[in-house]
Amino acid sequence: MTIKNAIRDYGQRYRPRMACLKKAEKVVLEMQDPKSGVKSQPQRLVITTIPHAITGEDIVAWLADKFQIDAQEARSVGSMLVALGYIYPLQDHKRLVIKPDASLYRFQTPYFWPTQQWPVEDTDYAIYLAKRNIRKKGILELHEQEQYNRLHKWMNHKWDFIVMQAKEQYRAAKERKKPDRVVFDCQERAYWVVHRPPVRLYTHTDEHILLTLFCFLQMIFTQQSIMRPRVKSSVSIGALVKFCTTYHTHDPFLCKPLPSNPWLTDDVTYWTLNMLHVEAPTKMRVERWTFSFGELLSDPRGRDDFRLFLKKEFSGENLAFWEGCEDIKFGAAATMGEKAEQIYKTFLARGAPRWINIDGKTMEITVKGLKHPHRYVLDAAQTHIYMLMKKDKYGRYLKSPFYKEMQKKAICPEEHKFTDVQLEQNSRNRRPSLSPIILRQQEQELKAKMAASAPVDITQVMSKLSNGFMWLCQKT
Amino acid sequence: MRPKYMRSPLIPEMATQEVQLNETLAHLKTESETLKSKLEEERAKLHDVELHQVAEKVEGLGQFVMKTRRTLKGHGNKVLCMDWCKDKRRIVSSSQDGKVIVWDAFTTNKEHAVTMPCTWVMACAYAPSGCAVACGGLDNKCSVYPLSLDKNENLAAKKKSVAMHTNYLSACSFTNSDMQILTSSGDGTCALWDVESGQLLQSFHGHAADVLCLDLAPSETGNTFVSGGCDKKANVWDMRSGQCIQSFETHESDINSVRYYPSGDAFASGSDDATCRLYDLRADREVAIYSKESIIFGVSSVDFSLSGRLLFGGYNDYTINVWDVLKGTRVSILFGHENRVSTLRVSPDGTAFCTGSWDHTLRVRAICSLI
Repeated sequence: MTIKNAIRDYGQRYRPRMACLKKAEKVVLEMQDPKSGVKSQPQRLVITTIPHAITGEDIVAWLADKFQIDAQEARSVGSMLVALGYIYPLQDHKRLVIKPDASLYRFQTPYFWPTQQWPVEDTDYAIYLAKRNIRKKGILELHEQEQYNRLHKWMNHKWDFIVMQAKEQYRAAKERKKPDRVVFDCQERAYWVVHRPPVRLYTHTDEHILLTLFCFLQMIFTQQSIMRPRVKSSVSIGALVKFCTTYHTHDPFLCKPLPSNPWLTDDVTYWTLNMLHVEAPTKMRVERWTFSFGELLSDPRGRDDFRLFLKKEFSGENLAFWEGCEDIKFGAAATMGEKAEQIYKTFLARGAPRWINIDGKTMEITVKGLKHPHRYVLDAAQTHIYMLMKKDKYGRYLKSPFYKEMQKKAICPEEHKFTDVQLEQNSRNRRPSLSPIILRQQEQELKAKMAASAPVDITQVMSKLSNGFMWLCQKT
Repeated sequence: MRPKYMRSPLIPEMATQEVQLNETLAHLKTESETLKSKLEEERAKLHDVELHQVAEKVEGLGQFVMKTRRTLKGHGNKVLCMDWCKDKRRIVSSSQDGKVIVWDAFTTNKEHAVTMPCTWVMACAYAPSGCAVACGGLDNKCSVYPLSLDKNENLAAKKKSVAMHTNYLSACSFTNSDMQILTSSGDGTCALWDVESGQLLQSFHGHAADVLCLDLAPSETGNTFVSGGCDKKANVWDMRSGQCIQSFETHESDINSVRYYPSGDAFASGSDDATCRLYDLRADREVAIYSKESIIFGVSSVDFSLSGRLLFGGYNDYTINVWDVLKGTRVSILFGHENRVSTLRVSPDGTAFCTGSWDHTLRVRAICSLI
């Protein structure tokens, strides 16, 4: 929580509950009883007379009598009614307390009572401030001006609506009789003093406490950072440089992609040759699989090949388990529980059809965690299996005849040598590609078909699909 | 307990209390500063070599000639953000007038358009599947719009409101699937959300001011992301625990953009102090500063080329500077935009990069030749 947030909270936590409000309402209604209620008198305001004003001392006296309590307590109860917004002061309107003297108060109209349960909208406040601004520029106080500017910034998109409403209300108000208008203005102003109080909610003390807390947290974090294990610069920087040099020839900004960069020549062969599921990938792509295990896994074509290799080695369950864990981590929260259940039944339970080989301790932690599954419940097991694949299977894959076959099959396209005329033609023949929406639909249909029928070689089917696309693209 | 607005104003007794509190706070602040210096000392202990020293063995780059190959016109106001689709040719962009447009940048055709109910759409992102886009800004929300093949369909009808912040949305990004979104906001926090339900999965607190940018670590290197904010800090977070695991505070002004090095072991940042910096995560320190005396305007956006050798920076003085990451020198300066460059991303296969600008256009550039 930042300090800014703390101050912006309009005391939402202090909104009293309904039960308390209902009690207060009852009292206020009794106070307004013409016979047994608080004595009211008209108030003179320069030339206007406002009816039904009551004095602070009369309020206190009435409350003391009604509840049989002493003056101090009566004063406290009265002040609570003012703070809630049922009674408002006519003089010194910002101080929401009862002064036990001849200070004048009025009852707030039920329209503005807190029990009405309207959410106190920023929009309404913006309209109120805009209206007062229209009536007389510069009438807004400093805190109101700040609020106005803030609202103008965050509600910019509906400012026209706000100004229109404010003008409407102002126009309607002008048509009322002066005493009614003065009364309503007082009521409205009182309402907003309660719901957007001008006094800073947090005293200096509170701000200090927050800053101190923040300082402490910062220190704890710095302390932890000091203890953090680090690597020598020569080692880590060396790794960064090595990465650059390894990928140098694969960077289209440093070495020309083959056959040509589609953005330069307007020929999309480069993209069609490197589609997600092609029968024969390019030499460059196959080479990238040797850079790291992560590269192999993140390329769907590489992963498919690796999957077939694992199947031959009768250890396909490792990759399947890893993929299931990824699905839980990044999938929809709603389906997480049943997915975790499924994984447990398939890979972890005793006698499971595709049981994975993890050490006892990890298995214990995982099974225990599955009782209350969360997105990362399979983390330990997933890491174990990932390391197993990386340290053992990956190396074997690269040395296997499987991969060597792939390297032989891989194509190395000739560089395009377009003439200026041809380039001109290419730029005129730019074709749109199949929308990802269609591709996804087709992939889903294919998966459904495969789930229904006998197991099929994925790469064969996928490459047939992508060949179909290529044909389509060339024809359109 | 009496409501807050009834507490009496500061009275004389409280004045002395305040003095005491001030002293404690000052003392704490000094201690905090001492600890920070100790951290820098520890970091320096393992610093045995500079990046450019190691890079001396590497061959230099030649002269670059880059051309604008596409100019996308269609936004009616400042372009604020853009993102590439995984298919390497589609783009989503958002602007100040509330419009979000999906383009096939290769043909320059507009494929979809959405009008947001608010102005200043500062963040937009393409879903990994290519079938949805996320965007948000002054409405304090991040909404996901599933895309449709039907040109007449109103995309706003199927919109999902996912993230809710208490201040503007500055950046958003899908994680490895369409189901989760990571957001950063002017309210100083970052958050991870479940798209289907709109549920908050994890929140990240630690920045002392607005968070302006974020980037997810490349998938192989685990569950972390980096964020940069107006408090001049770049924080690295663990997505599982919500904890900040590393923090770097060397910039002199707001950090507008952060981007991971392709290996995931480092990240670059661009700031209003007109510098880009490279931070090594394993060595836990800043290892390079990319700056020139002639560059005085802030950097709005940074991205790496595929090998990490080049760092592209979009600047507020309408230019793009291209840096040799290893040697620390500038290899090229590009012109063309008629107002500040607000967003810059390299395409997923590294064949081109796209910039969006306050001049209402987007430009896709590729390298013509390397002499």
